[in-house]
Amino acid sequence: MFSLQNQFVRQLLSSSRDLAPIFGVVLLFQVLVIKQPIPQVMDLLGGAILVILGLALFIQGLESSLCPVGEGRAYAFARKGSVLWLVLFAFALGFGTTVAEPALIAVSGEAARIASEGGAIADSDAARNNYAVGLRLTVAVAVGFAIVLGVLRILRGWLLHYLIIGAYCGVVAMTAIAPPWIIGIAYDSGGVTTSTITVPLVTALGVGLASVIEGRNPMIDGFGLIAFASLTPMIFVMVYGMLV
Amino acid sequence: MIELFGTLLQTLLGTIRDVVPITLIILCFQFLVIRRPLSHWRQLLMGYGYVILGLALFLMGLEKALFPLGSLMAEQLTAPEFLSDGLTAVELTWRDYYWVYLFGGAIGFATTLAEPALIAVALMARDVSGGAISPLGLRMSVSLGVALGIALGTLRIVCGWPLHYFIISGYVIVLLQTLTAPKIIIGLAYDSGGVTTSTVTVPLVTALGLGLAANVPGRDPLLDGFGLIAFASLFPIISVLGYAEAAELLARYVKGKTEE
Repeated sequence: MFSLQNQFVRQLLSSSRDLAPIFGVVLLFQVLVIKQPIPQVMDLLGGAILVILGLALFIQGLESSLCPVGEGRAYAFARKGSVLWLVLFAFALGFGTTVAEPALIAVSGEAARIASEGGAIADSDAARNNYAVGLRLTVAVAVGFAIVLGVLRILRGWLLHYLIIGAYCGVVAMTAIAPPWIIGIAYDSGGVTTSTITVPLVTALGVGLASVIEGRNPMIDGFGLIAFASLTPMIFVMVYGMLV
Repeated sequence: MIELFGTLLQTLLGTIRDVVPITLIILCFQFLVIRRPLSHWRQLLMGYGYVILGLALFLMGLEKALFPLGSLMAEQLTAPEFLSDGLTAVELTWRDYYWVYLFGGAIGFATTLAEPALIAVALMARDVSGGAISPLGLRMSVSLGVALGIALGTLRIVCGWPLHYFIISGYVIVLLQTLTAPKIIIGLAYDSGGVTTSTVTVPLVTALGLGLAANVPGRDPLLDGFGLIAFASLFPIISVLGYAEAAELLARYVKGKTEE
């Protein structure tokens, strides 16, 4: 018990070190540049304590839950030897974590508002709601597809940079032909798909797969799933903007 | 005190709702497809509890302390009265916004260093590489990339340059670097572009972009306010690849010296 507490104290210290720059920047600019007193000092102090405690707990739990869960699933599917189930799992993981993502719900609602103001869809609540749900499903399918593609890449040993270059070309080509109002939304939707829970889980899945399959190097082949998950939504959303 | 507890409960419920779908998917596959009991389930459950509680506290602290102050500062820094030192008749040029670029870069650097998802990926990279990749070094180069990206992104908003020129030339640079960088770092570099845009960085940076676009004459918040996020995910790829290339060049130089 004592060693656990000791470890947690060390975690707390390292979290404070990680967060010190933010508070330093904010305080420095507030006092020296804007030259205003700091409003609600107590709130800032209380918030800082919560943030440090929260980060320390998160990192502590990460190494005993999310990482082993991701890697463990990779080993279990590899032992089972069924590519179909692995692909289904990869899709479910990508789709399931994205479709309920709060940031995505916010962005798609905003997109529906812009689209109805621009005259792309009818100016009614039903039309806007349909559009927002359609957009959410599009992004979720795109992320599911990305994880499937990434897992197949690790299994088959395809080179990462050919796929990434292909996706970049897709983004550039779609930017040229998609309606202009969807482009900003599409670029943003790439960023909102990667939440704090998804990233460790998906990375651990990739690294686990690459270390259990013979001939793959976890360092070269294990990473790259997150990169796919932030590129495919851009392409899919621009396609959605053209079709709807 | 009761109000604080209420907020904590609300944030906790929100975080739990976020992890429910993923937990259900994992459990379904575990029991229907893999058909084995979960090993070490006690430890897993406790870890999950830590992750959920930690994330809830983290988000609550950010929303209570940092986001309001950060957004307020972004507004104050971009206000014309602040930039022209109280003189109203002065025509502002791109040079007058230097505090904005500096603030954007500094806040981009600091928030990326604290990004929990990036810490997680850096720890995994350390374990996988057997310690060859230092977590702090990786996080530092990602943070430097974000700082550069945000500083350039705010300059772009002030000057009104089109977004896609930057994105496309950034892609070209990444392609050229991919051909020359050591293979071992490429996947990690691409991934670090995706992880920078999660909990801490996005709200503060979006507030800065929207405030800037609202205050600079001739900019439309809808068209120009976004795009900072795109910069923040492109530049870390360049900086991480650059860091690896520099390290390799240095190693080759040192090796060449000793062989002589």
